[in-house]
Amino acid sequence: MSGFIVNAVLIVFLALIAFLALRLHRLFAMVMLSGAFSLVAATLFVVLDAVDVAFTEAAVGAGVSTVLALATLSLVPVQEKPHKIAVIPALIAVQTGVLLIMAIGDMPRFGAADAPIHTYLAPDFIAGSENDIGVPNVVTSVLASYRGYDTLGETVVIFTAAIAVMLIIGGWTRPNNKPDTAQEDDHAR
Amino acid sequence: MQDDPVMRVIAKVLIPMVMLFALYVQFHGDYGPGGGFQAGVIFAAAFILNATIFGLNRGRHVWPARLNLLAIGFGVLLYGGTGVASMFLGENFLNYNVLADDPIAGQHLGILLVELGVGITVAAVMVALFFTFAGRLSHLRLMDKTEAHEKTKQGASDE
Amino acid sequence: MNDVMQSLLGQWNYYLVITLMMIGFYAVIARGNMVKKMVGLNIFQTSVFMLYISMGKISEGTAPILTGEADTVYSNPLPHVLILTAIVVGVATTAVGYALIIRIQESFGTIEDDDIIVLMEDGADASPSKGEVA
Repeated sequence: MSGFIVNAVLIVFLALIAFLALRLHRLFAMVMLSGAFSLVAATLFVVLDAVDVAFTEAAVGAGVSTVLALATLSLVPVQEKPHKIAVIPALIAVQTGVLLIMAIGDMPRFGAADAPIHTYLAPDFIAGSENDIGVPNVVTSVLASYRGYDTLGETVVIFTAAIAVMLIIGGWTRPNNKPDTAQEDDHAR
Repeated sequence: MQDDPVMRVIAKVLIPMVMLFALYVQFHGDYGPGGGFQAGVIFAAAFILNATIFGLNRGRHVWPARLNLLAIGFGVLLYGGTGVASMFLGENFLNYNVLADDPIAGQHLGILLVELGVGITVAAVMVALFFTFAGRLSHLRLMDKTEAHEKTKQGASDE
Repeated sequence: MNDVMQSLLGQWNYYLVITLMMIGFYAVIARGNMVKKMVGLNIFQTSVFMLYISMGKISEGTAPILTGEADTVYSNPLPHVLILTAIVVGVATTAVGYALIIRIQESFGTIEDDDIIVLMEDGADASPSKGEVA
């Protein structure tokens, strides 16, 4: 019973925060709400037994994403322009929602142990993590050993994002064309 | 913000603890929740906190730009290097069984090296992103000063 | 009516995910401010993560960290691995998106897309204004 109440409170919070973040005009408050959204989502992930994912979502979503959004807000206007009510996008969103709800009938029940995804590879990975690899955290063993190639791709994606951001706003300038200020620029970076 | 004594003291107490926690999460990722990504982000958070409270220049002093670029590349190199080492020892790319005498010890070593590479890259990338975003305003002011300087030089040489 | 109640209680995670997805989707297509679009995209991404993680949960299961006892039921670890990668890739694209927003602000002076369309029709272009490798 207490589990049900905790779940219900978290779900209501999540939907409420998302709806409010949509309605606000002050962008600073909206960014703060998006950080709160990530934090409540991380709590819901813990309730759903995904502890690694909750850790990452809290660190990345409520941490880095909020810091980057605030850094952007220091350089752009902080007030959203008042807007008219958009009817067609609302209709499109509602229609997409209805189509998705119609597909729920085919989905397995929440928590069902005989759902198709639990029968294929997961038991092999759990057994292999104990016998062949010897690492208790199954998520780490799948991430780093069974699916190591995908994690290499992910690391390269992070690397590429850093290079892209540094090229877009990193302030790399042509050397030796400007006077002493070029040296200052190097140090300021 | 460094004039505020509460902020300064709390930051000085928290930053080493945050870094220690990041190292704990990195190396205990095998036995509990954790791993490379989480540890990298937490480690970067310590440096971002330092730069936020004590100023960007002091933050840059602790984590220089050249070291940042090297670290971003080094993590990916470490990951790929582990895979290539497996190839040199005779097996497929990223097959950790051959990295040590015993397959299980080899898997442990491989996972350790690979997660370390991921952690280094992620930490360096998050710090680099923060300094790039936060340093944009001072860079723009610098470019304005340079343009004004060149305009006055132009004006003086025209006369 | 009984079917609807059964569906609501037994498949509540899908209803929650669809609600959040549509809120994020509406923010992306209906609002003009680019930072709001990015936050809407963030909400959309997190709701998709919630979909996968909730599908991996097994009732009476526990987190997929081996405890050494036999007969423990573990929740499915495969969606967790997939979503870990997805979260990190999401933050990478978010960072590039914010960098582009900063450059748009410096080039056009605004981040509302209707204003940018008006400016572009009047003949402005995205020429570098300052701080650019010209």
